[in-house]
Amino acid sequence: MLQQVQPASTSTGPAVQAANLIKDFGATRAVNGVSLTVPTGSIYGLLGPNGAGKTTTIRMLLGIIDPSEGTRVVLGRDRPLEAAQEIGYLPEERGLYPAMHARDAIAFMGALRGLPLREARRRADVLLKEHNLGDWAKKPIRTLSKGMAQTVQLLGTIIHKPRLIVLDEPFSGLDAINQAKLEELIRREARAGATIIFSTHVIAHAERLCERVAIIAKGKIAFDGRVDEAREMLRPIVRLTTRERDGPWRSAIPAASRTEDNHFVFELPESGPEPLLKALIDGGAGIEALAIERPGLHDAFVAIAGKSAAAEMAQEKPQ
Amino acid sequence: MTKLLRGAFVIGRRDFSATVLSKTFLFFLLGPIFPLLFGVVFGGIGATVANSRQKPVVAVVASEADFNRLDAARDRLATAIDDEHVIRLTRFDPEPNPNVQRAHLLASKDPPVQAVLTGLPDHPQLTGSIKRDGTTAGQLRILLADLEGDAQAEPALAVDHTDTSTANTSRDLALTGQAAQTALFFFTLLLSTMLLSQLVEEKSNKIIEVVAAAVPIESLFVGKLFAMLAASILGLIVWISAGAAVLASFKGLGALPTPEMGWPTFLTLVILYFGMNYLILGALFLTIGAQASTVREVQTLSMPVTFGQVLIFGLAATAVGSPNSTLAKVAAIFPFSSPLTMVARAAEQPGLMQHVIALAWQALWVAIILKLGASLFRKTVLKSGPRTKWFRFGRA
Repeated sequence: MLQQVQPASTSTGPAVQAANLIKDFGATRAVNGVSLTVPTGSIYGLLGPNGAGKTTTIRMLLGIIDPSEGTRVVLGRDRPLEAAQEIGYLPEERGLYPAMHARDAIAFMGALRGLPLREARRRADVLLKEHNLGDWAKKPIRTLSKGMAQTVQLLGTIIHKPRLIVLDEPFSGLDAINQAKLEELIRREARAGATIIFSTHVIAHAERLCERVAIIAKGKIAFDGRVDEAREMLRPIVRLTTRERDGPWRSAIPAASRTEDNHFVFELPESGPEPLLKALIDGGAGIEALAIERPGLHDAFVAIAGKSAAAEMAQEKPQ
Repeated sequence: MTKLLRGAFVIGRRDFSATVLSKTFLFFLLGPIFPLLFGVVFGGIGATVANSRQKPVVAVVASEADFNRLDAARDRLATAIDDEHVIRLTRFDPEPNPNVQRAHLLASKDPPVQAVLTGLPDHPQLTGSIKRDGTTAGQLRILLADLEGDAQAEPALAVDHTDTSTANTSRDLALTGQAAQTALFFFTLLLSTMLLSQLVEEKSNKIIEVVAAAVPIESLFVGKLFAMLAASILGLIVWISAGAAVLASFKGLGALPTPEMGWPTFLTLVILYFGMNYLILGALFLTIGAQASTVREVQTLSMPVTFGQVLIFGLAATAVGSPNSTLAKVAAIFPFSSPLTMVARAAEQPGLMQHVIALAWQALWVAIILKLGASLFRKTVLKSGPRTKWFRFGRA
């Protein structure tokens, strides 16, 4: 049953709402009923392995392509292109005119989003100086390093001070220093009031930056909510090392536990840590080490999207 | 609409600057040398077609019996020399007022009448824009001598010279139309095929995503089309200036007869039809080229597209000299040959309204092709749209 999203107010409603988005490419269903809500002012992560449908979802949200079925409302408009001047977009496959000067490339992207050319050039100069690229302003893009070109494109994405910034795999191809700079830029834009959506297949970025995440696997949303909600879906993990190999204390350990490097790993029983500790001590386990860990987003991802999706993400090139 | 035009302006400004400020634009300016030769060759073919369709005739005002004798003499002459080189005769029944009939015939355009022969068989008189000792009068004297049975005798043929005849005017105006048509053809041939490769840059550099997320695809098409039109007009100014200097060295525009509606109006129409011809074919080529992903694919597309243009020129060329023929009317209505056909018509026929209608018709087709092109691009390249509809109109 198709859910119809009602257009939200531009000031108080969610920045993005999508209902039952479906996209078929021929016989292949790339996105299969994605529904999500991105609160205004949040940093929102789209997590999933390559081919999960993240980019297709983003392209539908931005109006680059129309969905086969379903609706979306972006900044209060059900035709996303009508809100284009308030949106910044960094596509996964970076694109700049190689012969264009860095300053003109940024200004061009600003002009596309409605800035007068003169103002766009002024802002481009300011942004380039802020990012230590002032000396490169009048150099053709083809002479810039990959990292510099990526920064130029990112500056072009935010030059018009958009209310919604959509970044598709923004950390891809960046070294650690530039990744840290980009994280800072994302936080700064969020502090300034922008809503930020970014897709990634690197969970660590999402864990550090996002307040909310959607986990996409095989074209479907497996989870949409706050990061801590995702974590809370799992019980805390207990890592236990004992002197004794066997004894009455073994009955306190759940049957589904596993052994890793000579220690037991299992979910904390619902009764909590105290009964567990008491049973171990009373049963003579000889506790050498006991750690109760809060599950990470990766653990939540494994639990939500399935081990196969997690394995796929692990195989992808780390950023 | 404002958003569409603003986006088109941003795209167009970028494309225009990138084209005109590149070093290769100098080579572009040298480009017309080659298609000029090409155009002259095909212009010659067009001229042959036009000449064969509307060869001027001598109108013979005579009884059927007198005409048949004269025509039989013509056939005998035609067996002696090539038929193509013998004057053509068409009979008209005598009317009560010979002067009025003569004037009427000399004004006729279908067929164009070179001269009128009256007074057969005893007092033949030839009236028209012909020389007393020219080919037409000379051949008629031979035919009349044949009728008298004495090939050596000089028959009495009175020649009354008039300043103009429709044959001369019609043929000369067709020359003006043909010159304009040929010029339009080769300029468009040179320029519009460049549009085939216009979207390859955006697609290969992945800029298309940035653009498609910011402005309607129609803006991209319109911007690119008009940027190239502006670059082309810049090129035209250079070429026309150079051409005018060359013409001034020879006979100039005076070598061509003044069009029916005068030079200023005619030249304005030439510019407008160049724009329309460029926009119609350019929109089509932009649409075709948008489907190509690589330069290699564009190169593969270039040849059939060029042949298509030559065919269109061939269709339009048949209209020169016979603007009221069925084929000419088809060529004027068919959107892709309409500008070339109408520019020739502008040289041959007065009346502005037909051009206003034609320009509006052509502009409508530019819009239709651009809209279809953008829809096709969204559907096939961006893979956009719901599965139940092929095209979505009215979205931009």
